[in-house]
Amino acid sequence: MSTLAIDKAGPSRKVKYGSMSRDRAWALRWSYFFLVLFAIFFLTPPIYMLVTSLKSSAEISAATNPWWVFHPTLSNYVELLTSNQFLRFFWNSSIVSLAVVLVTMLISVPAAFALARMKFWGSTTLATGVFLTYLIPDSLLFIPLFKMLALVQDYTGITLLNRWYVLLFIYPTLTVPFCTWIMIGYFASIPKELDEAALIDGASWLQTLTRIFIPVALPGLIAATIFAFTVSWAQFLYPLVFTTSVDQLVLPVGITTTLIKGDVFNWGQIMTGALLGAAPPLIIYAFLMDYYIAGLTAGATKG
Amino acid sequence: MADVALRKVVKRYDDVEAVRGIDLDIADHEFIVLVGPSGCGKSTTLRMIAGLEDISDGDIMIGGDIVNDVPPKDRDIAMVFQNYALYPHMTVAENMSFGLRLKHYPKAEIKARVTEAARLLDITDLIDRKPKQLSGGQRQRVAMGRAIVRNPKVFLFDEPLSNLDAKLRVQMRIEIKKVHQKVRTTTVYVTHDQVEAMTLADRVVVMNKGRIEQIGTPNELYHKPATRFVAGFIGSPAMNFIPCRLEDVGGTLQLRLTDRIAFPLPPARAARYNALPRTEKLLLGIRPEHLTESHAHLAPGVETFDTVLDVTEPMGMETLVYFGLDGAPVCGRVDPNAGAKDGAPMRLAMDLNNMHLLNEETGVVL
Amino acid sequence: MADVVVEQGQAVRAARARKQASLRNVLGRKSTVAFFLTLPLILLIALLVLYPAVYSVHLATLNKSMQKFVGFGNFLFLFKRDTFWMVVKQSCIFAVTAVFFKALIGFIVAHFVHNIPAKGQRKWRGMLLVPWVIPPAMSTLAWLWLFDPSYSAFNYTLSFFGIGPINWLGDNVWARFSVILVNIWYGAPFFMIMYLAALKSVPDQLYEAAAIDGANWWQKIWYVTLPMMRNIIAITALFSLIVTFANFDIVRILTSGGPLDQTHIFATWAFKVGIEGSDIPLGASVSLFMVPILAIAAIFILRDVSKRGNEA
Repeated sequence: MSTLAIDKAGPSRKVKYGSMSRDRAWALRWSYFFLVLFAIFFLTPPIYMLVTSLKSSAEISAATNPWWVFHPTLSNYVELLTSNQFLRFFWNSSIVSLAVVLVTMLISVPAAFALARMKFWGSTTLATGVFLTYLIPDSLLFIPLFKMLALVQDYTGITLLNRWYVLLFIYPTLTVPFCTWIMIGYFASIPKELDEAALIDGASWLQTLTRIFIPVALPGLIAATIFAFTVSWAQFLYPLVFTTSVDQLVLPVGITTTLIKGDVFNWGQIMTGALLGAAPPLIIYAFLMDYYIAGLTAGATKG
Repeated sequence: MADVALRKVVKRYDDVEAVRGIDLDIADHEFIVLVGPSGCGKSTTLRMIAGLEDISDGDIMIGGDIVNDVPPKDRDIAMVFQNYALYPHMTVAENMSFGLRLKHYPKAEIKARVTEAARLLDITDLIDRKPKQLSGGQRQRVAMGRAIVRNPKVFLFDEPLSNLDAKLRVQMRIEIKKVHQKVRTTTVYVTHDQVEAMTLADRVVVMNKGRIEQIGTPNELYHKPATRFVAGFIGSPAMNFIPCRLEDVGGTLQLRLTDRIAFPLPPARAARYNALPRTEKLLLGIRPEHLTESHAHLAPGVETFDTVLDVTEPMGMETLVYFGLDGAPVCGRVDPNAGAKDGAPMRLAMDLNNMHLLNEETGVVL
Repeated sequence: MADVVVEQGQAVRAARARKQASLRNVLGRKSTVAFFLTLPLILLIALLVLYPAVYSVHLATLNKSMQKFVGFGNFLFLFKRDTFWMVVKQSCIFAVTAVFFKALIGFIVAHFVHNIPAKGQRKWRGMLLVPWVIPPAMSTLAWLWLFDPSYSAFNYTLSFFGIGPINWLGDNVWARFSVILVNIWYGAPFFMIMYLAALKSVPDQLYEAAAIDGANWWQKIWYVTLPMMRNIIAITALFSLIVTFANFDIVRILTSGGPLDQTHIFATWAFKVGIEGSDIPLGASVSLFMVPILAIAAIFILRDVSKRGNEA
């Protein structure tokens, strides 16, 4: 009798326990279901880019199922990658982005070091100012900057408008504030004793920066570099306003202004160009995802 | 190696005086410990010697030269920090040699010095590891190694053991003493732990509220504290302070603790305290080890009294007993076999040959 | 006698040491070094951010040929134009709706990602952040193609359900819907990442304590998750409000403001008026209207950031 009662009690407990884990299993299933839905929403445009880029103009104009490639071809890629004009855009974008990364790091790393470690008159105000600058959008400044560049050209005779290198001066206004801000956060998290130890070891301020701070804050530096590169690579408004000649254009402007021309069935090439233009940030993201995300969240979590 | 001297050194932060005029002479080869509660100015003093803090007033001399405005790197000092401050991206060897490399020492000499220091500290096997891969005690050794390879005039230690657990702390304490016996570099060591101070120091400097309370060898501080602060700070469990007054009873000088309890003073003590006004409010300072169980053959100057114990704490080799004398909490140390029990009456003996008498108001030991 | 000599020597040496030190101090003083380290930053901000910002106020007070001072003339002119008020309205609708849905979708997706086993999270997170990684100018081209009037892949799909064809970019309402949709698509992953980071920072013990106190999943979100994340939610939303309000790329590429200026927002209209229409002062005036909203959002962000700084 008693064994029977225990037997009864056993399974009934199990069922109860099982119902809890069943709840969790259902929650998990729902999570996956919605994640798949959202993934479809988020990934449709890039996948559609890829699909279209593999189609010939004939297939596109034939209006077959747009989601499927019946006669895949690489002709769009071949055509773009052998086109001097497209390569020129790519080259301009690369030079501008890499140079801006360099300029950004040269400006923001020493400044962040000074702001994080050397309390001086106005340093707190300056740090706040840097953060505020980061909040000033490009769409507020493009008109006065355009006029300023035109005026400089008038007074000094130096041609700035319609030259790709003008972007080297302008892009840092977008990259430097944020990079300085997150580097201040990374530097501030280094214990104070570390620079005191370096000071006693005989390191100058510069040596402390280059031999202690930069190596220790390397993850932050990588995150800032990625940020500077992707912002420069993606910037659209400034080059649209400041450059017009085809040989001076960077990728985003080049693709949108030269490839979208009357011919409707050029979409294969446009999508190919867009995909190639999106490739460098995507590749960096694929390999350095953790740094990329650290840089994204640093602005809000490190202040 | 060199002597260090502080002359009326003052440190002011805005309107707060953290260090209020310190005079201190540290001899060559000496091991000096600055001890005191947190906020007493001991770390600030050390950092001023290191050059990490500017001094507001006074002079600091190392090897006879005034170094007030000399930057840390030119003071020829080495410092060991509380959190070790090892460079996380460098190996142990690189950490230790960083200062030498900055000064462009020849490679062979750097290697020789690092090897020697590593051998001295028994970290030869760890030389290629990064700080992350080391335990607390090993990091502590590396931090010391970094100081030793520089062969500086002065070693500065800023609470180097407070991040270690109790067991390791004892072990590293001995280690530091051994190293000092070998290298004999003048050392200034800051701690809040009076046991560390007593065990390590040639001389201890007790600091409180930005001032030096007393300088002396560990034994001097223990047996002849100058002030109530020192008397209470050094020794564990701490010295008892019992309100009392002097009275003359039939030509002998008596110490009255409560209405019931009064002891005649031993002759030597009586002579010393005889000149004090009888009305003065006094404190009897007596260490727990001089409050023991009573037994048959008491030495002269040891007096007994009866009390009721509040709490007893058996420690193994001794039992601590807690009771009150007119509201003043008192702690004594009795033999574990003396039968001390919570709430039980007990007869205790007080060794007045080791008593201290303090002025209650000024805290000065009389 | 000897003592005196020694003391004098020491005093002289001390004095000399002080003098040398003071010279070295000026050159090597922390504030001097700090000044030179921050100089490029200060110059950059002063010349290329602050100056143009002030300069645009000056520009806004000139006439079209920039010869004559007209005071508030440009602003008064704008107030009288219907298009301007349409832009104001559309900018606000665009920014508020987009930010709201970005925040909502970001929150929901972050929760789902947080729900699944830890080892799969990285993969999902990586996949879901892709829209944010692609330069918006590039991805908007894909949307443009998806919305194409004659070859829209959406309309192709919807036709199987008997819906459409929808004139995505040609119809007032649908065009407004489309620009907001693309903006949500681009920005929601950013919210997702921020919220996910915030979710991870909520200690598990709080949920366990809440579970023991008898809270259901909704109560856990309401009483534990949201209060713990409040700061990050606020900062992310305010930051996104600024960026969305000042958006240019998506609207410019998708509709160029059309149909009939219905989808223009401040940035695109300022571009059309100022650069394409060559009326720089009027363009500057238009973009200056973004300042109040940006300033309010910035003040709130700054307050939150400094509040956190104090807590730390």
